[in-house]
Amino acid sequence: MSKTATIIKREFLSRIRKKSFLVMTILGPVLMAAIIIIPVIVAQLSDSDYAVAIVDETNIFHDRFQDTDNTTFTPVNVNVDSAIDLMHDGRFDAVLHIPDVAFESPSTLRLFSDKSINFNVKLLIENTLKHEFESLKLKAAGIDAEILSAIETPINIQAFRIKDDGELITDYPEISMGLGFIAGFLIYIFIFLFGSQVLRGVLEEKTSRIVEIIVSSVKPFQLMMGKVIGVGMVGLTQFLIWVVLTFTIVSIFTLAAPDLFRFTADDQVYVSSTQILNAEEMRKQQEVVQQHDSFAGQLIEGLGAVNFPVMILSFIFFFIGGYLLYAGFFAAIGSAVDNEADTQQFMMPVTIPLLLSIIMVNMVVQNPTGPVAFWMSIIPLTSPVIMMVRIPFGVPYAEVALSAVLLILGFIATIWLSGRIYRTGILMYGKKVSYGELWKWIRHA
Amino acid sequence: MNTLLHAENITKQYANHKALSNVSLHVPEQSIFGLLGPNGAGKTTLIRIINQIIGPDQGEVFLNNEKLKPKHVKQIGYLPEERGLYKKMKVGEQAIYLAQLKGLKASDAKIMLKQWFEKFDLMPWWNKKVEELSKGMAQKVQFIITVLHKPRLLIFDEPFSGFDPINVNLLKEEILKLRDDGATIIFSTHNMGSVEELCDHIALINKSEKILEGTVGKIKKDHASRIYETELTNLQKPLDEILDQRFRVIKTKEHDGMLNARVKIIDNSSTNELIQLLLPEAGLVSFKEITPSMNDIFIKQVTGKFPAEQNANGNNFPSDIMNVQ
Repeated sequence: MSKTATIIKREFLSRIRKKSFLVMTILGPVLMAAIIIIPVIVAQLSDSDYAVAIVDETNIFHDRFQDTDNTTFTPVNVNVDSAIDLMHDGRFDAVLHIPDVAFESPSTLRLFSDKSINFNVKLLIENTLKHEFESLKLKAAGIDAEILSAIETPINIQAFRIKDDGELITDYPEISMGLGFIAGFLIYIFIFLFGSQVLRGVLEEKTSRIVEIIVSSVKPFQLMMGKVIGVGMVGLTQFLIWVVLTFTIVSIFTLAAPDLFRFTADDQVYVSSTQILNAEEMRKQQEVVQQHDSFAGQLIEGLGAVNFPVMILSFIFFFIGGYLLYAGFFAAIGSAVDNEADTQQFMMPVTIPLLLSIIMVNMVVQNPTGPVAFWMSIIPLTSPVIMMVRIPFGVPYAEVALSAVLLILGFIATIWLSGRIYRTGILMYGKKVSYGELWKWIRHA
Repeated sequence: MNTLLHAENITKQYANHKALSNVSLHVPEQSIFGLLGPNGAGKTTLIRIINQIIGPDQGEVFLNNEKLKPKHVKQIGYLPEERGLYKKMKVGEQAIYLAQLKGLKASDAKIMLKQWFEKFDLMPWWNKKVEELSKGMAQKVQFIITVLHKPRLLIFDEPFSGFDPINVNLLKEEILKLRDDGATIIFSTHNMGSVEELCDHIALINKSEKILEGTVGKIKKDHASRIYETELTNLQKPLDEILDQRFRVIKTKEHDGMLNARVKIIDNSSTNELIQLLLPEAGLVSFKEITPSMNDIFIKQVTGKFPAEQNANGNNFPSDIMNVQ
């Protein structure tokens, strides 16, 4: 076994045997799964059984509110104060007061509650009233109900992407956005997480003074690369375990509680709008509705359209490339200082391009083919994060190839530079190092 | 004697200072070679060049007449001045790892390590973490790691700093044993006293230059102080009157009817001539040469003068001589 391989093995094994690795490996997917599952559960829970009393002094609107699974509307024939008393007794969660002048001045509408008001319920009431007020006004202007119904048109554009060979594929920009965000953010986190492990590892060897013993047996560059590669393999291992575990946890949940992932709130819109459609169209529409009404179904269909082999392969490539690009810097920083506190001054130039990438992610997902997205996905310092954000939207192979080649050249350059700083730095103690000093090391080493 | 290590005209320039200029060394095989010099003289730089940790700007190093190459790391064992181990790693595992980096097979290293560990009573610590070891034990482990792969050349940089006296003796014994088994040893230190008794050869480095090299015997002879200590009884007249201007009395002390005196021979008269003057006038109890210690020679070479530059008589002579009562 070559010496570099011996070093890689030690770096890898010593890390994956740590308790913290085990904890992170288990906690990571639980957290990620929680990010997916908890909002669904919370959305369901917060809507549970909300009773609203309606005090309608106009006598027009009280029967226009339709109960949903979790919200019931009950018109009451008492005045507001009595209704509020009923609410205090626990009969209702909220009281909607529609004064007789409400139609003329909607600002007099009031919603009372003992607790803070459920946002979704408020939204539902507002939408219903807005719709009813508008209908009334249109009617007053002489437009009849038939036409009104006909005007309401549900729009749900199916987006297609025309591939080079003319084939149409359904496009899901929301899913591309989501994946882009996740992939970009993961790369960012992994570079920082494992880059700083390299830094700490180098610093540990320097402060424990084992480094001189080791470099009398192997070249400093071998030691640095052994560490960089070993830690990188820990990162990849952790990532793969995370992916597998997250998928497992999420699938177990979807199988165990499929109802949880079903959205029903939108049904209403479709029902009211289907009145004017003929039977055939209605059936089609309902198919679409059914296909789209389940969150899981939508997710699965959208994800089905994603080219996962490309996603995963490019993630692995840009993770390795980005990691190597920055790991060299982290190793060089670790070698140049004597303790962790001194690393701060050198962290800036490493942190800035990474932070810039993550700040620009939002802009990139909104315009994944714009000049900002293009250039940032080509320039090596930002390309690992930004290219990963763009990949789910589809990037021409030539651009990916250019970015990949530049990234490879980039990490060769940074590792070469870092190697020169590293071999001087690891043997240098008790000296506050400046950038000028680092430059001298690069030139003289 | 065959030269094992030969450094030729080594020059190393750092960004801000010159570490070595034109230093050449010949380390004879199976010798104990002292590389002496004050802190910052360039010793560690030279040792790092021999260990191929850094490269020289000019000059070359030959090991057994072969130009130094990466394959030679297996033939060299190095115990640096600043040394440590991975604190969180287990002792045995770590020793095997470091042996593997020297090119040993893990299985071979394990067998050899167990023998050394038994010898140094370290076996119970094999599966403990390094941070649980006492400093002395950690140093024993480091020593074992340095010598495990049976290197032909062993380099110890300030080997005894931080060792307690018992371990220093243990170490010296082991080092002598290794030398007898065929190894060549280089000691680097600024503390001359600690290696004087061990070294056969020395080289003195000061301010990046080698200023002295040779066998310990020859160097001492070259730096002889020409000062002799004698004990006399029944003096017939004062010592000053007995001796003539070729000799100078540096110091006298009387005790129990005896006179203890130190005399420096100023010209190149022999000791016989001095004794001839003394014999008729006194009973000669003892007579011996005061030899300068390596420390004195070192200081003389570095500063140009023996340590106690001025004494009551305005003469230069070694500090040790002043201190003897």
